[in-house]
Amino acid sequence: MSADALAPVAGSQPDSAGHFGRFGGRFVPEALVAALDELDGAWRTAIADESFRAEFGALLRDYAGTPSLLYEARRFSAKLGARVLLKREDLNHTGAHKVRNVLGQALLTKRMGKTRVIAETGAGQHGVATATAAALFDLECVVYMGEVDTERQALNVARMRMLGATVVPVTTGSRTLKDAMNEAMRDWVANVDETHYLIGTAAGPHPFPAMVRDFVRGIGDEARQQCLDLTGALPDAVTACVGGGSNALGIFHAFVPDEDVRLYGFEAGGEGVTTSRHAASITGGSAGVLHGARTYVLQDADGQTLESHSISAGLDYPGVGPEHAWLHDTGRASYLPVTDAEAMAAFELLCRTEGIIPAIESAHALAGTVTLAPKLAAELGREPTIVVNLSGRGDKDVHTAGDYFGILDKEH
Amino acid sequence: MSRIGVAFDKARADGRAVLVGCMPAGFPTVKGSIAAMTAMVEAGVDVIEVEIPYSDPVMDGPVIQKASDIALAGGVRTADTLRIIEAVAATGTPVVTMTYWNPIERYGVDVFARDLAAAGGTGLITPDLIPDEAAEWLAASDAHGLDRTFLVSPSSTDARVAMTVDNCRGFVYATAVMGVTGARARTSDAAPTLVSRVRAVTDLPVGVGLGVGTGAQASTVAGYADGVIVGSALVRCVLDAPSEAEGLAALRTLSAELAEGVRNPAR
Repeated sequence: MSADALAPVAGSQPDSAGHFGRFGGRFVPEALVAALDELDGAWRTAIADESFRAEFGALLRDYAGTPSLLYEARRFSAKLGARVLLKREDLNHTGAHKVRNVLGQALLTKRMGKTRVIAETGAGQHGVATATAAALFDLECVVYMGEVDTERQALNVARMRMLGATVVPVTTGSRTLKDAMNEAMRDWVANVDETHYLIGTAAGPHPFPAMVRDFVRGIGDEARQQCLDLTGALPDAVTACVGGGSNALGIFHAFVPDEDVRLYGFEAGGEGVTTSRHAASITGGSAGVLHGARTYVLQDADGQTLESHSISAGLDYPGVGPEHAWLHDTGRASYLPVTDAEAMAAFELLCRTEGIIPAIESAHALAGTVTLAPKLAAELGREPTIVVNLSGRGDKDVHTAGDYFGILDKEH
Repeated sequence: MSRIGVAFDKARADGRAVLVGCMPAGFPTVKGSIAAMTAMVEAGVDVIEVEIPYSDPVMDGPVIQKASDIALAGGVRTADTLRIIEAVAATGTPVVTMTYWNPIERYGVDVFARDLAAAGGTGLITPDLIPDEAAEWLAASDAHGLDRTFLVSPSSTDARVAMTVDNCRGFVYATAVMGVTGARARTSDAAPTLVSRVRAVTDLPVGVGLGVGTGAQASTVAGYADGVIVGSALVRCVLDAPSEAEGLAALRTLSAELAEGVRNPAR
């Protein structure tokens, strides 16, 4: 990583208290403020420190396998009428962009002299990534996971245990990701002296949204240069799926000052945003406070959090990172819902045209791109170039997808 | 001075601490929670803390989480909480409301403050709203004459204790331990230190909560604090009871034991 790889990008920094416009901030128990201040200080010091950047850069290169490729998907492109470039984060160690975040935060944990990390996980991907980093850095690791999810994702529970982590099934509330996050917060309040809460997305109280974004922004920094090298120009659009939103911010960030580059975040529309079964916090929710920040939230008339639904466990969350809420309000990025059915159609299309099985999360970005391509072509009067963040691989989703397409043998 | 302030002054004059008892609104039902709060008052609880049930209560341990879940599953609304507050306040007992921030933001901060004041509530305890983010609440509470209780923690720096206390009105809530609500076997060693740090910067009364569940613990805390705040242990009386009548009986017994405790401060 070059020395200026963590230099601030103009126009996309929160204020010193972590506010992105009216979003973000810290809505937390006072007991956590000291730890958040400590983390904020450690992060600011670290990203200004040449040795930290060198160590992080070396880990990303030698351990995570980045920079990830920018691959021109010609057969997929032909179906869309657009030049589609896939940012292959699916090829990273542990199978997704998330490894960048956990390596950054694990390094910070060491620098703060803490010995234990905790994490929340939905499908288990962030839990596996955290357990991986904890093994590498010799940290104690506890992962909170909704009881419903531990049953749905038994294989990932086994993976985490293989890596030495303790997996705690959460039996409160809806027993899914949001409740796992509540339980991790409670653990953190009680054990904050020796524990770092390794949040898995660009959400939560300040400094997490900006810090996580900085740890994953290499995706966009790399993609921007790779696109220039490959095509001689910037892309017309950059697309990504949005759950909590770290992969999308990771790829958007470098392009924010490039006003001609359109940014699209595709939310999990589930069975449709007009139904009650979706996870589209921006397009189907409203401003509120959840998990430490003001952002868009799926909530009822009394401000109680609603249960989300998506075929993709990684997008199945009733909130979104506050920077996305802000990019939506300012109009710099556009957010649109993609249904389960649209995502699975794009999932199948990529499998069959490119021999790449995407994560179902990433299939939402592909599906949104399928719809976007002809509109953009009509508007520009030429074939558009679109960079899609292929944020993760689909190995973990084979069972879900097999079930969806009805291709599993009966005895399984 | 607010009614909470009067209660603290009276207790101070009697050489004892104020007993604050917490119960989630609508637990086990709207009527049931009014009955529970009435029983607590009759058995000697000085101030009722009504918690607005919330889907994601990150400062609460398993007992209050479960009670909140039951209340929400029963369909309790924020408007019901206001009716409960009104019913209990009508008995003359000061009622303070504990709430996570999103239900208030959703209701409308100023509108909620207006309705809370009209219901006879004294103010809010805000476990996930720190003064740094509270501009709208500071204005609304001023406009409607409501108290503001922010939390201080053993991990708070001196500067944050001073800033937080400066924004409080009515009383200050000192969290005795680093953790969530729930009765604990031992009272905290950190709490007396925290209380004296608060006392160094304010004359406001200081209530201590988290982990107090017996008369003996109440007596210990009353030895160094102005208020003893009890939640989970009281909620458990109702949660664990095989019938509503037995729950109320257990609640009366524990309330009386705690009331005895705050009247015999350990010195």
